[in-house]
Amino acid sequence: MGLPTGSTAAPPGASSPGRGRPSAAPVPDDPGSLKVVPARHYARWTATVAVAVLAAQFVHGMATNPVWEWAVFGDYVLSETIVRAVWVTLQLTAYATVLGFLLGTVLAFMRLSRSPLLQTVAWTYIWIFRSIPMIVQLVFWFNLSALYKELGVGVPFGPVFWSVDSNSLIGTIGAAVIGLTLHQAAYAAEIVRGGVVSVDPGQLEAAAALGIPRLRQIRRIVLPQAMRAILPTAGNEIIGLLKGTSVVYVMSIGELFYQVQVIYGRNGRVIPLLLVATAWYVVLTSLLSVAQYYVERHYARGADRTPPPTPLQRACRLIRTLRAAAAQREQPVVPLKPLGGSR
Amino acid sequence: MSAVTSEPTDPVTRQVMVDVHGVHKSFGPLEVLRGVDLRVRTGEVTVILGPSGSGKSTLLRTINHLEKVGQGWIAIDGELVGYRRSGGKLYELKEKDVLKQRTGIGFVFQNFNLFPHLTVLENLVEAPVSALRRPRREAEATARRLLARVGLEDKADAYPRQLSGGQQQRVAIARALALEPKVLLFDEPTSALDPELVGEVLDVIKDLARTGTTMIVVTHEIGFAREVADTVVFMDSGVVVEQGPPAAVLDAPRHERTRAFLSKVL
Ligand SMILES: Nc1ncnc2c1ncn2[C@@H]1O[C@H](COP(=O)(O)OP(=O)(O)OP(=O)(O)O)[C@@H](O)[C@H]1O
Ligand SMILES: [Mg+2]
Repeated sequence: MGLPTGSTAAPPGASSPGRGRPSAAPVPDDPGSLKVVPARHYARWTATVAVAVLAAQFVHGMATNPVWEWAVFGDYVLSETIVRAVWVTLQLTAYATVLGFLLGTVLAFMRLSRSPLLQTVAWTYIWIFRSIPMIVQLVFWFNLSALYKELGVGVPFGPVFWSVDSNSLIGTIGAAVIGLTLHQAAYAAEIVRGGVVSVDPGQLEAAAALGIPRLRQIRRIVLPQAMRAILPTAGNEIIGLLKGTSVVYVMSIGELFYQVQVIYGRNGRVIPLLLVATAWYVVLTSLLSVAQYYVERHYARGADRTPPPTPLQRACRLIRTLRAAAAQREQPVVPLKPLGGSR
Repeated sequence: MSAVTSEPTDPVTRQVMVDVHGVHKSFGPLEVLRGVDLRVRTGEVTVILGPSGSGKSTLLRTINHLEKVGQGWIAIDGELVGYRRSGGKLYELKEKDVLKQRTGIGFVFQNFNLFPHLTVLENLVEAPVSALRRPRREAEATARRLLARVGLEDKADAYPRQLSGGQQQRVAIARALALEPKVLLFDEPTSALDPELVGEVLDVIKDLARTGTTMIVVTHEIGFAREVADTVVFMDSGVVVEQGPPAAVLDAPRHERTRAFLSKVL
């Protein structure tokens, strides 16, 4: 908002030289009464035009170049096979996120506990599972059923009381979920621990002084405050995991990337099918990002004196402002009110 | 905690609410408390004065077992803090039981330590509901009554960061009162406040003193000590140098160290 251009009505307070004098008439060199010439940014305008041209060329190329085969894309993007594959991808992500963060939270508090044994166990777990590439681990779990035909419960070197065929117990999807979860838990543990140590120790002290039970201290006082530090990194991790599920194609699980490969292996339409996968990953990631925004907002309550408006509220406010401006333009006879000035 | 030399529940001490007996406390090689004795009777206000680093905060924190004592013992209302006595031995209490004991000992921190993600009302309701298992409805009614008492009934739904420092400290006092503790401990409740906000917090504490709340207040506000304290305790280098009624300790100190300290702060 600037000064009202071309208007002679000086906004109150802007014409300090004239204030406090008996005569309210504007002084000749009162800056409030002069026409404002905005600064000219030639370099910025040139760059804007250049980028706009490039972007237009890119979009035009995407739309008209036959390599992209948009018709094939259209045939497949909502086909039943693909939608079912997206569902598998979502399930893998959801299971690994929930289980990974549950296990990760337990590991984080083990590392923070006063017991040296628990600390060591948690530290070792994190060390090992951060060291093994996810794909190696997945292939390992996939082959586990080959290594151990039967899993049983019993005394070491003694009798086995109960046993089960390991392939039917774990299954391919199960093996993938286990692999993703164990990998995710190692990272989640460090994220959660980072969040917990970022909470002011005075908070735990106050909770202890009030006699609040230990578990409740963690669940009600520490974790909600830790969430502020946990969420941005956790959001990254979950989005990484969503795309990371594509490596389970090595286990021939019908998730999105595997299914896309199967189809283009059959019909040779590689590019449009990769676009199908890309489009779905972009959509899912966007949904996760929106969810992250609102979850973060939820945990930010109490953090700011006045919470910032949501995008929706901001949009509503913009529309209201524009309407008010339009209404004013329709009646130019009314003396101009300063837009940015004090009301 | 070594040999217990006397019973905390002598008939003579029936009236004693807080009994601190020969307490030592070290942090590594640094001996912070070197044999502190202190008795606070029911309904009395004790003000602790002393130079920085003399162990005032440490003493308060041992009273509600935020710090373990090295030697000696502390009893509240005849009950040992942090230990159970049975058959000539002392058994350290489990964390769960220590937490239960703490509900009887209110603590007000220098920097408030309100829970910033909970509203004022939720701050007050949390401990009574989770530690004392009070019904939420009842706890909320009590909380609103206490907020009215500290003059903040209209702030029940605000978040702590939306309040001024003085208001936050008054909420912290109400939060401690919500557990109906036997004794309230204040660790420099006004030190983090701007000068013009000190009065409103001291007024709340004075009001509590008038209604017979047992309190131990660590403060540098000599005027407050003179007006409100039944007993003034002067601490230096981990020992109680002298104690007595405000008129005696503040106006006619017998010890050189007390005189030196008072001449600096008055
Ligand atoms: N957790 C701790 N570890 C090591 N030293 C500590 C610890 N807590 C306190 N101290 C030391 O113990 C001494 C007494 O500290 P304390 O906080 O009790 O002093 P105080 O009388 O409250 O001082 P002030 O008026 O500045 O608050 C200080 O020398 C301090 O450095
Ligand atoms: Mg202190």
